[in-house]
Amino acid sequence: MTDYDAVIIGAGHNGLVCAGYLAKAGKKVLVVDGRTAPGGCASTREFTPGFQVSDCAQWLSQFDQSIIKDLDLKGAGLKIGKPKATISLQPDSNHLVLDGDSISGAGVDSADQTAYRDFRNMVRRFAKLMTTLYRSRPPKLVEQNWNDRLTLMKLGLGLKLLGRERLRDLMRIVMINIYDVMNEHFANASLKSTIALDAITGTNMGPRSPNTVYSYLHRATGEYLGQTGTTQVLGGMGALGQSLAAAAEKQGATLRLGAAVTHILKTDDRVTGVALASGETISAKLVISSADPTTTFRDLLGYHQMEAGVAKRVEHYRSRSGTAKLHLALSALPSFKGLTEAQLTERLVITPSMDGMETALNPMKYRELSDLHTFDISIPTLEDPALAPAGQHVLSAIVHYVPYAPDIGWEAGKPQLLEQLLRELETFAPGISELVIASDLAVPSDLEASHGMTGGSWHHGELSIDQALMMRPFPGSTQYATAVSGLYLCGAGAHPGGGLQGLPGRNAAKEILKQGALS
Amino acid sequence: MNQYDAIVIGAGHNGLTNGAYLAKAGLKVAVLERNPYIGGATVSRELHKGWWYSNCSYVSSLLRPEITRDLELPRHGLQVVSFGGGATFMRNGDYFGNYSDHDRHYREIARHSKRDANAYDRYAADTSLQTKLIRPYLLRTPPDPTSLKPRDLRDLLEFARSFMDLGEEKLLDTIKFWTASVGDYLNEYFETDVIKAHMAGSGIIGTALGVYSPGTAYVLLHHYMGDVDGNVGAWGFARGGMGAIASALSKAFQSYGGEIICDANVDEIIVKNGRAAGVALKDGTEYRAPVVVSNLDPKRTFLDITNPSDLPKDVLKKARNFKIRGSSGKLNIALDGLPVFNGLDPRNRLMAGDLHFSDSLERQERAYDDWKAGTWSKDPYLDMMIPSLTDPTMAPPGKHMMSVFVQYAPPKIHGREWTDEDKDGFEKSVIDQISNYSPNFRDLILHCETRTPREIEAEVGLTEGNIFMGELTFDQLLFNRPFPGYAQYRSPIKGMYMCSSGTHPGGGVMAAPGANAAREILADLKRPNTVPGGYADD
Repeated sequence: MTDYDAVIIGAGHNGLVCAGYLAKAGKKVLVVDGRTAPGGCASTREFTPGFQVSDCAQWLSQFDQSIIKDLDLKGAGLKIGKPKATISLQPDSNHLVLDGDSISGAGVDSADQTAYRDFRNMVRRFAKLMTTLYRSRPPKLVEQNWNDRLTLMKLGLGLKLLGRERLRDLMRIVMINIYDVMNEHFANASLKSTIALDAITGTNMGPRSPNTVYSYLHRATGEYLGQTGTTQVLGGMGALGQSLAAAAEKQGATLRLGAAVTHILKTDDRVTGVALASGETISAKLVISSADPTTTFRDLLGYHQMEAGVAKRVEHYRSRSGTAKLHLALSALPSFKGLTEAQLTERLVITPSMDGMETALNPMKYRELSDLHTFDISIPTLEDPALAPAGQHVLSAIVHYVPYAPDIGWEAGKPQLLEQLLRELETFAPGISELVIASDLAVPSDLEASHGMTGGSWHHGELSIDQALMMRPFPGSTQYATAVSGLYLCGAGAHPGGGLQGLPGRNAAKEILKQGALS
Repeated sequence: MNQYDAIVIGAGHNGLTNGAYLAKAGLKVAVLERNPYIGGATVSRELHKGWWYSNCSYVSSLLRPEITRDLELPRHGLQVVSFGGGATFMRNGDYFGNYSDHDRHYREIARHSKRDANAYDRYAADTSLQTKLIRPYLLRTPPDPTSLKPRDLRDLLEFARSFMDLGEEKLLDTIKFWTASVGDYLNEYFETDVIKAHMAGSGIIGTALGVYSPGTAYVLLHHYMGDVDGNVGAWGFARGGMGAIASALSKAFQSYGGEIICDANVDEIIVKNGRAAGVALKDGTEYRAPVVVSNLDPKRTFLDITNPSDLPKDVLKKARNFKIRGSSGKLNIALDGLPVFNGLDPRNRLMAGDLHFSDSLERQERAYDDWKAGTWSKDPYLDMMIPSLTDPTMAPPGKHMMSVFVQYAPPKIHGREWTDEDKDGFEKSVIDQISNYSPNFRDLILHCETRTPREIEAEVGLTEGNIFMGELTFDQLLFNRPFPGYAQYRSPIKGMYMCSSGTHPGGGVMAAPGANAAREILADLKRPNTVPGGYADD
């Protein structure tokens, strides 16, 4: 007799989604997390008195609609803001505005505007196809059962329906780099690099790196999964975590926060439960981890608890990231050259040309700091004033490319980097430095420490072809059930992985129920 | 009136191979060559009295053994002598030697890392599994995945099955290998910089990507899938230089009645009511034939010598978008004697192999950064050979010939054409690199031929100086080479075909594209096939 049917490690969005679905099916589920607030990467933090920020993920664009419905997150208090346009800031203040299928500014000509619509149409076709894979468990290619064959047949049909030319386009671009694809479609340099930025966000890759088209398509699936466009969550991302927690509890799941799992318990043949920092142990039929694969297998289970072949795969799983998060508490609304106050609520991005992005990337490869970065900026207080004292604001930015461990060390490196980032912001928002009351810079190693993401990888592992789809996270552990009996994965390190989707959690729960692993 | 059954444009190894198989089938074939000499990038030239340079391609391994045997190339004078050895010389004065003897090799790796020494056999086994997978498909026409023709379905099924037979995990490992970066792939086996760097070289040669770029592990495979006398993965020197391969192919071709016409610079392919009808030369001469085969790269084929009005728009677009960025240069050097590197005895057998100076992945990646920035590498990766150690006919007695392949050199310098000053700067960076490890090297130089992508394009006609006639990335491999829908050697124009390295299975002196194209042409002509199938590895 076990304490629970399933104990879920990590109250991140995927863990809570998984708990919600399992509890809804009448299973006795416990979610444990060392952090005191639910949500994992979907969390809000008061980084300085009175100023709250979404401290990891800041945009909601891929979260699966069906989950919001199934778990009635709206009923649980989830409030989603208005869709945002993307404004790509230009040095000459002739900013590039991307809103749905329409683009303007930055000297984009009508040829590029037409090309942009065609490109979006192509991407939508491909993204839609990918969602057929994303909403089901990843099929096995050889040891298929009927579910897998069905998925593969659906995929095959989808490919056929693309039509011969589109299919050939897909075959050609899916494995290559966004750099070449941009050059084939567009003339305008700002347009190219603004799209390319979406392809490299959360990765350690430059636009020239193959795999970046795949990571772009992965992001584009949000058009179908989220259907919300890029939005912010009112109350910060933490509100998503809160609503997921409330929804899961409403379904009957138990939450224990501030209860860190120190290791996963295992007898000779199967996983039996978890041990907490308090020394308490909890037994369960299944242990479902929403922690990343490296944390789950290497840190919580331990290599001695698995076969050498599995340990080898864990050790080779790649989780490098060049992503940092900058937060500024501002005494007043900053003014950006060539932007109205109303426009400041949109998604603001700053990026050099694609070649400039490559130059910005180079130092990271050699554990050095760059003097050029890309920014993905949110000023959430305009739509959600409650996040800061009246009249004051917060600015959050996703920044690339930042090394995991610079040779000069973060002690010396962080002040340097912060200064550099503010210098770069100043060129677009003169005087912003004077408004800064407090700042917070989370480099990849910080994000690793604060959110337990190995390497600071937002996607819980790089989104390269060999770590995606039916290969995520690694062969032998691809269908949520892992190579260790009784241990399941439901985090972003499982298919379809990466970003705020909730699908790994949902798919894992459905798979576990379908397998009858709990009956 | 110059009337033929088939005209092949370009007397490179693929053009000659294609011509040979067409002639063998009884066709009246002419191979036209722009230069006064044949061979294309498979040449030996006496550019300094008494010294023979393989001044483009410089080693042989990929040449399909089926073709060598079937065209009796040895009888026509081809002898490929495999070489052992090779070394990467390190900045700290040490070196990593690549011994052909297994135990000696183990001890050498162990000298740098015991762990790596024990990983090596696993690495070799995993990699050779991949070569065994790909080799059977080199002498095959790639199936079209978008087609429902019985032949394509059958071939696709067979292709799929050969992968399914691996089993789930090995199949996924294979996908990983085909898509990973050579750096990540090697990191899974080795811990020592110099050992990783020594092996990673094969992943970037001729490639506009860095060791950290996904897709470069495949390029490594591309360099491992050949053999010398059945010894898979081995490389060798063609006795007398690479020109010996072209010469043997041309003799085979002529023995079947084929005709080679040099100094024949093709201006345009003549198309009459939708069918290829022959070619017109720049000097106005015309050659007529119902079959015209282009051994030029896809860009030159469709954008230079074909009238745009004869081509569908999508093909013009695909040709314009074809990726063919050059990334390599070459120095060919006549030496008065043997240089000494890091104190290694020049008579050591290691010297007979490929010599390098990049002792870490990081140095190789930085060399790529320079290419990205639009200039040649300041700390270039060199693949250096002294063929005269193995084949004395390359230089006068006691003297030596050195071939230095250089990665990276961009097709343009900061977006503009190369100048002679650029060329000198490029040459200097290479000579300096070598001299850093060899005090006596500079004094030994008697003559040096330096080739940037500019010279390679101008002399050999490889667009942008790309040695593979098209980058080896997945958008341009297998059924995507040169473009999706046109990978079966047929152009959109009836009677016009492609047989260059820009088609499957791609770059290197393999001769498979030429043979595969011949098979398709003979099928269209309803002639008996003269092209051998691939032999299974034993």
